Amino acid sequence: RRETGWRKEKDPVLASTRKLHAGADGSKVSPSAAPERLPFCRVTEEDLAFFRKILPGRTIVDPDLVEPSNVDWLKSVRGSSEVLLRPQTTEEVSQILSYCNSRNLAVNPQGGNTGLVGGSVPVYDEIILSTSLMNKILNFDSISGVLTCQAGCVLENLSFYLEERDYIMPLDLGAKGSCQIGGNVATNAGGLRLLRYGSLHGTVLGLELVLADGQVLDCLSTLRKDNTGYDLKQLFIGSEGTLGVITAVSVLCPRKPKSVNVVFLGCETFEQLLKTFQLCKGMLGEILSAFEFLDSECMRLLNTHLKLPNPISDCPFYIVIETSGSDPTHDAQKLHNFLEEAMTSSLVSDGTVATEEAKIKALWSLRERVTEALTHDGFTYKYDISLPVERIYQLVTDMRKHLGNRAKSVVGYGHVGDGNLHLNVTSPSKDPALLAAIEPFVYEWTASCRGSISAEHGLGLKKRNYIYYSKQSQAVALMGNIKAMLDPKGILNPYKTLPDNLKQ
Amino acid sequence: MSGRVLVGVKRVIDYAVKIRVKPDNTGVVTDGVKHSMNPFCEIAVEEAVKLKEKKLIKEVVAVSCGPQQSQETIRTALAMGADRGIHVDVSGKDYENLGPLQVSKILAALAKQEDAQLILLGKQAIDDDCNQTGQMTAALLDWPQGTFASEVSLEGDKINLVREIDGGLEHIKINTPAVITADLRLNTPRYATLPNIMKAKKKKIATVKPADLGVDVTSRLEVLKVEEPPQRQAGMKVETVEDLVVKLKEAGRV
Repeated sequence: RRETGWRKEKDPVLASTRKLHAGADGSKVSPSAAPERLPFCRVTEEDLAFFRKILPGRTIVDPDLVEPSNVDWLKSVRGSSEVLLRPQTTEEVSQILSYCNSRNLAVNPQGGNTGLVGGSVPVYDEIILSTSLMNKILNFDSISGVLTCQAGCVLENLSFYLEERDYIMPLDLGAKGSCQIGGNVATNAGGLRLLRYGSLHGTVLGLELVLADGQVLDCLSTLRKDNTGYDLKQLFIGSEGTLGVITAVSVLCPRKPKSVNVVFLGCETFEQLLKTFQLCKGMLGEILSAFEFLDSECMRLLNTHLKLPNPISDCPFYIVIETSGSDPTHDAQKLHNFLEEAMTSSLVSDGTVATEEAKIKALWSLRERVTEALTHDGFTYKYDISLPVERIYQLVTDMRKHLGNRAKSVVGYGHVGDGNLHLNVTSPSKDPALLAAIEPFVYEWTASCRGSISAEHGLGLKKRNYIYYSKQSQAVALMGNIKAMLDPKGILNPYKTLPDNLKQ
Repeated sequence: MSGRVLVGVKRVIDYAVKIRVKPDNTGVVTDGVKHSMNPFCEIAVEEAVKLKEKKLIKEVVAVSCGPQQSQETIRTALAMGADRGIHVDVSGKDYENLGPLQVSKILAALAKQEDAQLILLGKQAIDDDCNQTGQMTAALLDWPQGTFASEVSLEGDKINLVREIDGGLEHIKINTPAVITADLRLNTPRYATLPNIMKAKKKKIATVKPADLGVDVTSRLEVLKVEEPPQRQAGMKVETVEDLVVKLKEAGRV
């Protein structure tokens, strides 16, 4: 019978991870810092000549043009790649990888570069393989709702395309204007609609990939059901570019709802917020499509840095609820009943409702732009944690108490309906002492509830060594075996996702 | 003075919706399309509610001319703080042909019936962009008008107004009763909060027909055709300055 915390006592690998934090092995390097450069070859003039032959005009070596792809969206990590390749077809990707594999050149696949764990930019001089020019929609079946497109399609563009045809993408996130579907799949992005439409593991029907040796793996099925052998695509969804480069995706899209309502509510306590969630699930049920929260600190940052006003009165907690359904009258009635109940039972102290597009966008931006507001508050330490829903805010409260006034702001927000907390701590500038206070405290707290130290952001560079807080060492070892089988030379997105101690 | 303000609110296609022309070119598609309150009417409602909160006026009456669904628009005004509503029921062909002249006749009749001190309207509707109703209403009532208002303040029985005009800002003072039309920068409309949304459900909306007000809604205008604007041609990307010069020469631009 398992007891809480059994992992900490019995797992030697986890114990050594903790030692890393404590610096007990003499190293002062944080587990999230980059490891030593692996012995890949460096790019030569002959290599550039080859790339220029297959990608004329799309082999970028101008440092000014390469630089944006060397830095992540948070401006927290910077690589020193000198080559940016921009293929347009799967065939070109295949030729690039085949060549790089034979030459032992490391490759960093890159989509919209909106990742938050340093997984999308080079650590050293890895060649950046951008999918930005692979932005064609290949097919849309309006009866089944299956969309097939290249990996470089920007999520928002796919949404616009589908909306004209009365469909929507099954996922939506704040980065939609820049992120690409290939990257979304590679990171198994969650987002604001997961509560209703599920994860990409369910909605992606097929993938086309190029493996490390250049082999094209065509699993681009558009079938809803296909139990013929092992479902290989599941391995690549969430593999963060370390097992293969996704070049095309087929995804099952839901119909565009005829009626969308967004409600912005204020609660006095987190307990009331959770009760509101219960009430919501009961009374809104099948029309509920999102349940997000933000705390008053988030509202303060939105007011201060982005000049977004609070649409209701000041409350400790705010909820964004979205309903999506096929009948406006029916949904309005259900919503009205829910709101009346929530108000009369005092679960909710204030709120507002939006049915018009412009107002809906305005209310959603209060949740979607918190990440942006944080970037204006200082250097941000970001944590994306899965916890049992009732414990979510306790971590924020404990962290505030633990840090005292060492931190500038400590905020909590996120997909509370999915049990996913975004905990962010800001300081005026990078502060190793603050980091040492936050980690491993946050990871140990998470592990003690058997939570995930990365709910949806992935591991990338920054969190690769913390994997043992949420996965057993045998599981991680098996991951290593799979990686070695699919990418023996380790050229695909090195230094990411899997922990350093696997490389022995 | 009655202290009563009439606010006109029009139900229009939501401004975020992509407009489609009907295949027979007689108009735009409205069936199943998201509608909402005209943004300038929202600003007018906000101004009226603000005046009431400052205790400068006593009652805000929201008026809308249209089919049954116009009552939703009135409800939104009630949720923002209007006290009661009047729905002037116009539907079918009459509604399709309803324009500023008929609406201003209706508003003038209602102003007399309700003994209104002030009529607040949006400067124009985002569907027809006419910008005529406020002006026509003032003319029919022989009242002063303050159009494109970006600032309004009441001073006794006069109104100080700042108008946004092409040359800048114009400051005028007009007598009451008067018609004011709201421009974009007059205020930022509030969100209707839940307690007010709940209260609004109990507020009264009276229904009348144009004939009850002695107004004939026959239109003097006939729409001949509605078409989409010409499609914008895609641009072209070039790699070098030399390419650009070649392309410009080909297009006869240099």
